[in-house]
Amino acid sequence: MSAVEEVAEGHQAVEAVPKRAMTLGTGTSLVVLAALLIAPVFVKNFIIFQMTMLLIYGLAVLALNILTGGSGQFSLGQSAFYAVGAYTTAVLMEHFNVNYALTLPVAGVVCFGFGFLFGQPALRLSGVYLALATFALATAMPQLLKLNFLEHWTGGVQGLVVTKPDAPFGLSMSQDMWLYYFTLVVTLAIYIFSVNLLRSRSGRAFMAIRDNEIAASSMGVNVALYKTLAFGVSAAITGIAGSLGAIAVQFVAPDSYTITLAISLFLGMVVGGVGWLPGSFVGAAFIIFVPNMAESISKGLSGAVFGVLLFLVIYLVPHGARQIAIFGQQLAGKLRKN
Amino acid sequence: MPAMHVRLGALSAALVLAATLSTTASAQKKYDTGASDTEIKIGNIMPYSGPASAYGVIGKTEEAYFRKVNAEGGVNGRKINFVSYDDAYSPPKTVEQARKLVESDEVFLIFNSLGTPPNTAIQKYMNSKKVPQLFVATGATKWDDSKDFPWTMGWQPNYQTEARIYAKYILKERPGARIAILYQNDDYGKDYVKGLKDGLGAKAASMIVAEESYEVAQPTIDSSIVKLKSTDADVFFDVTTPKFAAQTIKKMHEIGWKPMHFLNNVSVSIGSVMKPAGFEASQGIISSNYYKDPTDAQWKNDPAMKAWNEFLDKYYPEANRTDSAVMYGYIVAQGLVHVLKACGDDLTRGNVMKQAASIRDFEPAGLLPGIKVNTSPTDFAPLSQVQLMRFKGESWELFGDVLSSDVGG
Repeated sequence: MSAVEEVAEGHQAVEAVPKRAMTLGTGTSLVVLAALLIAPVFVKNFIIFQMTMLLIYGLAVLALNILTGGSGQFSLGQSAFYAVGAYTTAVLMEHFNVNYALTLPVAGVVCFGFGFLFGQPALRLSGVYLALATFALATAMPQLLKLNFLEHWTGGVQGLVVTKPDAPFGLSMSQDMWLYYFTLVVTLAIYIFSVNLLRSRSGRAFMAIRDNEIAASSMGVNVALYKTLAFGVSAAITGIAGSLGAIAVQFVAPDSYTITLAISLFLGMVVGGVGWLPGSFVGAAFIIFVPNMAESISKGLSGAVFGVLLFLVIYLVPHGARQIAIFGQQLAGKLRKN
Repeated sequence: MPAMHVRLGALSAALVLAATLSTTASAQKKYDTGASDTEIKIGNIMPYSGPASAYGVIGKTEEAYFRKVNAEGGVNGRKINFVSYDDAYSPPKTVEQARKLVESDEVFLIFNSLGTPPNTAIQKYMNSKKVPQLFVATGATKWDDSKDFPWTMGWQPNYQTEARIYAKYILKERPGARIAILYQNDDYGKDYVKGLKDGLGAKAASMIVAEESYEVAQPTIDSSIVKLKSTDADVFFDVTTPKFAAQTIKKMHEIGWKPMHFLNNVSVSIGSVMKPAGFEASQGIISSNYYKDPTDAQWKNDPAMKAWNEFLDKYYPEANRTDSAVMYGYIVAQGLVHVLKACGDDLTRGNVMKQAASIRDFEPAGLLPGIKVNTSPTDFAPLSQVQLMRFKGESWELFGDVLSSDVGG
């Protein structure tokens, strides 16, 4: 076997997903959007808060999905980008009195830079080695946030308390509901951006790299540039999710952004279906609600119950929510024929 | 002027009537969300999973204690419904669980939620909702802040209080001491170091000759001990959690470093620190405590300890009796029952905070003799007394008076 073949096969870590299969049909999208718009009117503030968190974690999973499902690179370090975004917002809001909405683009830019820079050394690594390098980033982040010389800004181990914004323009809506709609708008914008990104020239370049790096570079794709770019975009979206998370939770602390978060996001991606963007939100629902379900089944063994549930999902539907969606589509198609 | 008299009479009669009405009104039953004629719903958040899961025992002990209270008729005839959730010590999860408890389960109050970062995350929320965040399970100093956070109250002696007491003792016994410090690099460790420095005052800079910190994820701290020994310090301030405390004591004994050793109260358990480290190596260590260590032989025939054992036999037989967290949960649960009893039939959230802020010399079973729970509208630190003790033979020997040093935020 030649070296070229070896490399080419070694890189086939992520299953190739055609770009059309990455999104939902227009009809389904509109129904989901309508449901998301109307639902908060009928439920308690606590449920609205949970839906907000779902959108936020959904964004973070989506970011990872672009990186892994799009460009074929692994990352267990998403919690670090999430933390940087959250802290950017918290510091700007609490120390500089910047409006919360303005902190989001700043967090996005900061994280893009951070991700792009981290993408440089990551270029030399692939597959499990890249996963390990990003893992190191995730473990280091909580300790970096505790550093003495940053303590003046980050609040050290005590963290920072963030003020929750009121609804603007004198709208008579609770803080939770306003934040939900605000998050929904940001999420929609990013989702549409991501779909278009993957359908664009850059998206095709990402996927070409994912499918076969050598073939991609021989077709003229600048592999190094697009790989780091994918890291940057993914980090930027994760950072914006982190910002929204900081505002919704009203608190940032190093303990909030441990490796557990990175693993949860990774898990959300797998459960939602790698490379299927709408699945990100299904995955987010899984990582938010299933631990609660597990806890209600058994308090002492919640971890074990969660493990069993996760195992069942992976065993029965290895491609996650995408598989269920495809199955549903086929079923609908059959019914129509009859 | 008879007419005038009549009017005055009528007025006074009206006043008397009004007074009686208001007393009957206050004797009437009043309820806020989560309380009723039959039940009081109490929320709680504990790290049953995750890095701090060892503390989950506290929640289990409390649950067992409330089962005992319910079996014995409840509080003023009402049963306690204890709803406890897992936050895995992750602040965003704590916020979710607190909101679930307050908005979905509609609990009366949240009691003894654990950890400094988790409680900080929900403090603002609880105060804006005006739901009591009662007796939080953390030793940080900031919970005693009745002015800014009237709905949040601490419980145990805080870390700074304790460290100041050691500082006082050092200044008295060894004014020319050379102090070496080892601390865990987090809020808990830093709080202790701050307390010690504040207690030493202007002399802190000249007395402290070395400071070493370690991360909780480190496997061993042997190298730190060797390094600290090389500074020739004659006083050692040891701010470590049980596993590291046992390692420290053992290593110091091995390399023959014998300074005056102050060990923080977090690690005074004989069962999980002194015994594994070796009794011979532990002799002479100075620390402080406010409750009876269940592994200390001197309390074997103590009535409080017997009651504790009976309670565990009946309601929590699988408990690890060498774990001081079981004693902690037992004591703080008595604190809640005391407050709820004092509320009588006025089970409003405002009254809970009022009663919690007017505890006088309450002595729950399990505290060291002479230590009492006291609060006032400006003192939101229920326990602020400790007693110094020295390790001798196979148990702690209490010495000196009960000391207190309130540090308020």
